[in-house]
Amino acid sequence: MTEFTPVASFVGGMLIGLSAVLMMLFEGRIAGISGIASRLLPPYREGAENGSAFAGRLAFVAGLVAAPLLVGTVAGVPVIQTVSSNAGLMIAAGLLVGFGSVWGGGCTSGHGVCGIARLSPRSLVATGVFMATGFLTVFVLRHVIGG
Amino acid sequence: MSILVNLALGLIFGVGLVVSGMSDPAKVLNFLDLAGSFDPSLAFVMGGAVLVTFIGYRLAWRRHTPLLAPRFRVPSRTDIDARLILGPALFGIGWGLGGFCPGPALTSLGLGAAGTLVFVPAMLAGMWAARRLASD
Repeated sequence: MTEFTPVASFVGGMLIGLSAVLMMLFEGRIAGISGIASRLLPPYREGAENGSAFAGRLAFVAGLVAAPLLVGTVAGVPVIQTVSSNAGLMIAAGLLVGFGSVWGGGCTSGHGVCGIARLSPRSLVATGVFMATGFLTVFVLRHVIGG
Repeated sequence: MSILVNLALGLIFGVGLVVSGMSDPAKVLNFLDLAGSFDPSLAFVMGGAVLVTFIGYRLAWRRHTPLLAPRFRVPSRTDIDARLILGPALFGIGWGLGGFCPGPALTSLGLGAAGTLVFVPAMLAGMWAARRLASD
């Protein structure tokens, strides 16, 4: 069981939204993490890339990585998480998340938050599909195989 | 300037993931476990994020241009193709297996859990493969 945290979750969600809004205001772009991370990887398209856009994405990822350390040291709140240590499972999960998010043009942030806020039909479909397969996967793992 | 702004935006986003509980795979997996130890917290994360983004985007778009870029670059496609079904379907399966989507996985790197340290390289390999395949 995990504790139900409606207030912290809503406030945290608003911070995610604030970041997405400021990304639009400053850079004119969607704050999609799979897009930001994957465009740091090859292949690099001619002309579509410039050094400062690349550096900006790298800086965004650096901020993401630094965030829990900031919360832990400055606010003094220990960051609690439970991550499976089953290497085979986590490798399969990582491959699927990485491939699927880029193949579908977005993940929880790009489609789920920014896309729904834009009322994009593509993002509404994508979010419905990944929520459905997410629910189904946990159901099968915990109640069919594990049950 | 752009680098500092992006660093700050990544920090805000990451703090949001931590505060909301989204960076804890156990919470994500319990959200996805409707038939078991269901934890509805993540619906509140999505609610808060979409509410702020919905309103904030419309305020931002009142400007003719963004502050640091020549123009707004918002996706304009509206067609539903096979990739839009297959990609999210695979992504959702991986999300249900590990409890990580890309943002929380990257944010968790510095916390050093063994599962994170194998998930993130695999995720980057998957992203690379999709980019490679898409560019062929």
